[in-house]
Amino acid sequence: MKRYNGASPLQKRSRIPGFLAKPSLVVGTVIVVLVVIMAIFPQFIAPYDPIETNTLIQNAAPSAEHIFGTDFYGRDVFSRVVWGARIDLLIGVLGTVVPFFIGGIIGLLAGYYGGVLDSILMRVTDVMMAFPFTILVITIMAILGKGTMNLFIALWLVGWMSYAKLVRSEVLVLKDSEFIQAARVAGFSDARILFRHLLPNVISSAVVFAASDVVMCMLTGASMSFLGLGVQPPTPEWGSILNEGRNFITFAWWTTFFPGLFLAISGVGFSLLGDGLTDFLRTKGR
Amino acid sequence: MSRLQYILKRILQMIPVLLVVTILVFSIVHLIPGEPARLILGDKATPAAVAALTEKLGLNEPLPTQYFLFLKQVLTLDLGTSFKNNLPVADLLAVRFPVTLALTLLSTLISVLISLPLGYFAGTHKDRLGDQVVRTASLVAISMPSFWVGLLLMILFAIKLKWLPAGGWDNTSLWGEFKCLILPAVTQSLMTTALLVRNTRNSVVDITRMDYVDFARSKGISDGQVRSRHVMRNSMISTVTLLSMRMAGTLGGSVIIETVFSIPGIGKLASDAIFGRDYAVVQSVVLLFAVMVLVINLITDILYSLLDPRVSL
Amino acid sequence: MSSVEKKLLEVKDLSVQFPGKYETVQAVDGVSFDIYEGETFGLVGESGCGKSQTMRSILGLLKAPGRVSGGEILYKGQDITKMNQRELRKVRGREISIIFQEPMTSLNPVLKIKTQIYEAFEGAFITEKDKDGKEVKRKMTKAEKHRAALELLKLVGIPSPETRLEEYPHQFSGGMRQRAMIAIALGARPKLLLADEPTTALDVTIQDQIMKLLNRLKDELGMSIILVTHDLGVIAQMCDRVAVMYAGQIVEMTDTVTLFAHPRHPYTYGLMGSLPNEDTAGGTLEAIGGAPPNLANLPEGCPFAPRCKYACDVCHEKRPDIVEVEPGHFARCHRLDVTSEFQGLISPEAAAKAKEQEVEPNE
Repeated sequence: MKRYNGASPLQKRSRIPGFLAKPSLVVGTVIVVLVVIMAIFPQFIAPYDPIETNTLIQNAAPSAEHIFGTDFYGRDVFSRVVWGARIDLLIGVLGTVVPFFIGGIIGLLAGYYGGVLDSILMRVTDVMMAFPFTILVITIMAILGKGTMNLFIALWLVGWMSYAKLVRSEVLVLKDSEFIQAARVAGFSDARILFRHLLPNVISSAVVFAASDVVMCMLTGASMSFLGLGVQPPTPEWGSILNEGRNFITFAWWTTFFPGLFLAISGVGFSLLGDGLTDFLRTKGR
Repeated sequence: MSRLQYILKRILQMIPVLLVVTILVFSIVHLIPGEPARLILGDKATPAAVAALTEKLGLNEPLPTQYFLFLKQVLTLDLGTSFKNNLPVADLLAVRFPVTLALTLLSTLISVLISLPLGYFAGTHKDRLGDQVVRTASLVAISMPSFWVGLLLMILFAIKLKWLPAGGWDNTSLWGEFKCLILPAVTQSLMTTALLVRNTRNSVVDITRMDYVDFARSKGISDGQVRSRHVMRNSMISTVTLLSMRMAGTLGGSVIIETVFSIPGIGKLASDAIFGRDYAVVQSVVLLFAVMVLVINLITDILYSLLDPRVSL
Repeated sequence: MSSVEKKLLEVKDLSVQFPGKYETVQAVDGVSFDIYEGETFGLVGESGCGKSQTMRSILGLLKAPGRVSGGEILYKGQDITKMNQRELRKVRGREISIIFQEPMTSLNPVLKIKTQIYEAFEGAFITEKDKDGKEVKRKMTKAEKHRAALELLKLVGIPSPETRLEEYPHQFSGGMRQRAMIAIALGARPKLLLADEPTTALDVTIQDQIMKLLNRLKDELGMSIILVTHDLGVIAQMCDRVAVMYAGQIVEMTDTVTLFAHPRHPYTYGLMGSLPNEDTAGGTLEAIGGAPPNLANLPEGCPFAPRCKYACDVCHEKRPDIVEVEPGHFARCHRLDVTSEFQGLISPEAAAKAKEQEVEPNE
């Protein structure tokens, strides 16, 4: 049935604060806020030093003193997990934000001007798409070598392409639209048309993608560290803590269980937030 | 254009991409600081061996000449020798590849078997409790690190319950190999299953809203016929697209899963080679992954043209 | 229409609701009408007035979460609203078929036209005598389906049917798709065809062709048609009787000639004002201002009152009941005193003449 243009049932819903109407959005926000707090103030939350070793309490089971137990080096797993939030969050956010800007600008320019830049972009992405994502990251890591900085570089080198393609395709649709042509006729500079007129209209699908990309980057970063390629021990990072604990899972499951749990919960939090954001942008776009 | 011509055309279109892929793979050893011949042969190689390989690969020649030599070797399947175990890389790949292929196919099969019915159920029960449970579960599954899930499954089914091996490879029998693949395949399938459930659910929701489904119903055909011929048939188009993208992802993920479960596939080979700085192997494995992705894309395009008549050949 | 003719379908006090999280939309509210054998019945109104939902409920095809919340739909004495899926299947296609507004979206894009026509024969059985002379029903063979499909395509005027059968919907033009849809709807020789704005999506010349086709098929196959439209011109061209719907209710119902000669509801009168007035017999007619009301939140009085220039206090306070203003002519209005002054698009003399002519060929 076609709804009337007047007050529709959908509009009535929006009178309830959109935020509370979606419990998943609330849960997602709460999780993300907690992770962010953990990442900013680990020193106030973690009871022990995350790096200092203590051979007297190797692989101790969870107890009142060490609620997540201790690892092979006698370090408090809870403290390591709390400190790990910082680097994992950083991987998720920086792994997304930097490609978002680089890819966004390349896509904007390629879509708007076309020509050589556009051809190069399309050929490069064609070739890069021939490699599975993980293989691409791992190969770049193999060339650059282990380490946190190299992990970031690998994520950036691979990540920008999705944004460039997304923005480019949106620009291609919009660049011949009336309002852009009007702006051109009005004699606005290219920079003004690109950033004031086109950008706000093409950015939302990239934002939606970025929301899920944060989870992807966190998981990829953690997998690389898990393989031993990314963040190096003893720096606390969830994937690398897991990797260290993996040799002892037969009798000390806690060293693998808790960092993974935190990674999973943060992932769910960002996914819920991303979903809510997607819904929000979609309804706003109507 | 006939279907055969279309396939030929698509294969021809793959060639330039493949050429650039080989250039990238060729450049791996040149991008790493150090002497390429020494990188390929490993740290312990004698200066004489290094000199011999330098000669063989023409490493003193200009880069284009080196590239054509490399290309020639790739085309003749002469992929060099792994300095780790002194085996020809081509032989290594021949042994390892079927394992990864089996793992990928098994995990894809699991995903399809679980996600299509589940997605259909959620789609036909839109916004009801069942749909919400399925959607939440798939969101959680998408956000989980596969290596952690793999380890948890290992703790539960291998260490606590002792139903399945905790990893490794039992090549004494086909059944033994299969048992070793179950946990890795289940772990591997998690992400694909979750994405496919979402996709199927959404496309079922969209399709059941279409007039052609109502029109089919109005003809008085059975619900089963409406479901299979109109709803599922049409949702297969997006399923195939997603599956092909996920197959590539699954192949990439095999590096991690095979490492977690110590499965001797090309994924494990890749991570071992990277750690062992066994660059002859790294180059070949990366090339193999790219070829596989291109083949998957080709198959997808062909399937696509079979499923959707609107795709012009 | 004389009462001697047989009733095929009786819709009695039908109500359709779309329950939502926050409010329920009353899409159809107590609609009653009868369909006689061999007639074309028009259902006219603005989009969203409930006419399509009325059609869909006749075949049990309401889109979720819509449901019949009251009333009954009797087809040959059996209530369709109470049927299970099995019983519904026997009615669908074989007794009642539907064609939709959008030929672009009503055919499955990935199936050959052939496949989609064959589906229509699922319900069409062939009756034969076996060697003992007993009548047995059997399903059609593939060859019979093929032959029947060819015949159908010829019937609806699709050229070169042999090749067309093997094609996909995207290879058809809009008008051809609508013809194909009609062919499919007629596949099992239904007694009643529901045509839900069959030409709205097509351009004018094609519209006319399709309407003429429907008229011809109705006579050839002896069906009844319920024609849903928002176009009074189409009603004039096609229909024997008309019901005008507004906000989920029938506000006026009578034979076509009377409707155009003596409209008794201000809404009908207004609709006529929005027609190109080449035949205008009366004074100046005006189009209706304003928008239809929100079905989830109807005003207390007459739903049309806010847009009605004849509305008085009672119109805003109490809903009018439907009244038989003269035999066979129903209207739902508080101001029947005023509306009796309405002059329609045809003069009373022309109407009388038209009625005389109309009766003859039927007798």
